[in-house]
Amino acid sequence: MTIAIPSALKVETRTKVSSISLFVAFAVLALGLAAPFLVSRGAVQDLFFILTMLVLAQSWNLLAGYAGLISVGQQVFVGFGAYAMFGAVILLGVDPLLAILIAGLLSVLLAIPTAFFTFRLYGPYFAIGTWVVAEVVRLLFAQWKALGGGTGTSLPREAVRDMVGVSLLRDLFGMKPAQASDAITYWLALMLAAATIGFIYRLLRSKQGLGLAAVRDNEQAARAVGVDARRMKALVYLATAFLTGLAGALIYAQKARISPDAAFSVTDWTAYVIFIVVIGGIGTVEGPILGVILFFLLQNFMADYGSWYLLMLGLAGILVMLFAPRGLWGAFSDRTGIQLFPVRRTLIGGPSIHQGGSSHG
Amino acid sequence: MTLLQLDGVSKRFGALTVAEAISFSVGEGEALGIIGPNGAGKSTLFNLINGTIAADSGTVRFAGTDVTRTPPMARCLAGMGRTFQIPQPFEKLTVFENLLVAGSFGARRSEADAYDRCAEILHDTGLIDKANVPAGGLTLLQRKRLELARALATEPRLLLLDEIAGGLTEGECLSLVATIRAIHVKGVAVIWIEHVLHALTSVVERLLVLNFGRVIGIGAPAEIMASREVKEIYLGIEI
Repeated sequence: MTIAIPSALKVETRTKVSSISLFVAFAVLALGLAAPFLVSRGAVQDLFFILTMLVLAQSWNLLAGYAGLISVGQQVFVGFGAYAMFGAVILLGVDPLLAILIAGLLSVLLAIPTAFFTFRLYGPYFAIGTWVVAEVVRLLFAQWKALGGGTGTSLPREAVRDMVGVSLLRDLFGMKPAQASDAITYWLALMLAAATIGFIYRLLRSKQGLGLAAVRDNEQAARAVGVDARRMKALVYLATAFLTGLAGALIYAQKARISPDAAFSVTDWTAYVIFIVVIGGIGTVEGPILGVILFFLLQNFMADYGSWYLLMLGLAGILVMLFAPRGLWGAFSDRTGIQLFPVRRTLIGGPSIHQGGSSHG
Repeated sequence: MTLLQLDGVSKRFGALTVAEAISFSVGEGEALGIIGPNGAGKSTLFNLINGTIAADSGTVRFAGTDVTRTPPMARCLAGMGRTFQIPQPFEKLTVFENLLVAGSFGARRSEADAYDRCAEILHDTGLIDKANVPAGGLTLLQRKRLELARALATEPRLLLLDEIAGGLTEGECLSLVATIRAIHVKGVAVIWIEHVLHALTSVVERLLVLNFGRVIGIGAPAEIMASREVKEIYLGIEI
């Protein structure tokens, strides 16, 4: 974006690297769309896992890294989204794809009362409050006998097999139903991840994104210069509830089996997500992308080591926090000045403007 | 015409009274100086005026409306700009972006509409060289200038300046006084808390003296500085 203003001043947000990265992003997206025809079913499932974790990580990064809302209760929207989808499919006979969208919208509805309670709390109290809310919702769903209570339930086989698009893929490419439903959930995850990154990047480059960055840096000063910090945080909270609810529903549409303990797991849906964002680089769009790839590699290399694996993850997290507090991408970006998704507004031209300072994310 | 009017504004923190029945008014385009010893409640008074803290009793009226219960964000949009005694920049944003936040949100403009004016203010406040530097890397003097520049970018009708000249050299102080006078001449009302008296009295039309949260005196600078009570309390002179 280049906007010419009088007296030979210009404001730019685009850099040479970002123009290249936009091109690369589309190439990756095109390649990603073709993946179900190129790689094995196991690899498609791995990619699905990476993409859904990426959506969760980008959402948490927006929430914590930009709006300053450190939540450890985002699993409430994963679990609620998943259960809403199961409920719509099993009890109402809705198609799973439509049920995922319904689950996202219902998650926003859930976010309104939870925001009402947790927004009264500040900082660490907010974090604990969100966790408490998640536990309460988990216990409530464990009481819901129609969806299996505490032991959980499965999606009916025919619901997945008759999902929109499965028969089309079978007729066109001769895919088996299980393979076809994996391909469909994978494409949905790819689209959701691309849309999430696109939405967040667009938001950050807008006036609202600038206000959000001001709130992140100093809320009192932001209020004093006319930024409605409270409204902005609430909108971010609702938006991330929507994205997290969609991701939760999608994850469990692919798993096709749900239980309250798994769907509302603080380890799987929040601790891992925080790990991804922290090692990658909080407050950057690139950080969660790098973080999720590292997380996936670590998990695959160390899957055989049981609880040692968790200890290693914790150790890796601590090392990054000590030696690269802005995450691995943050450290790289500080050194090189490279940003794939730049949001900085640079003033160019006019009288005596020097290009001072290294550019921070 | 009255721009800001305080009537019997009081605030207590437990047993400590930080503002006691404060009443005064500032006219459109007027400049008022506030002096008083450390801990007299000067910054607290600013927090009460701009809404950072809420008054226990009394009313604050701004531009004809009662803003006693209005949050700082809305008071800013109504035309109240303020600087903080301890500068509070948006550290990860650049100097230019700091102004853009104020110039787009505070002045209710689109971002692109604010570019021009923000660049102009940076020029006037001597920060144009630092436009693309993250604000976290500024020196104290530059941070103070940024406070002023950011408050100006909100296009205020009333500017609240909190010890903006403290710690500056004589030359820096003179250039700051010139900048503030230029703002005042354009018709912006100013309330300025300052210990550097000669800087203050070269701009303001009236002085208000605060001690233990109470207004001791208000009037023309010469008159105030000559009063015996002010000399005793503020200058620490026994007469």
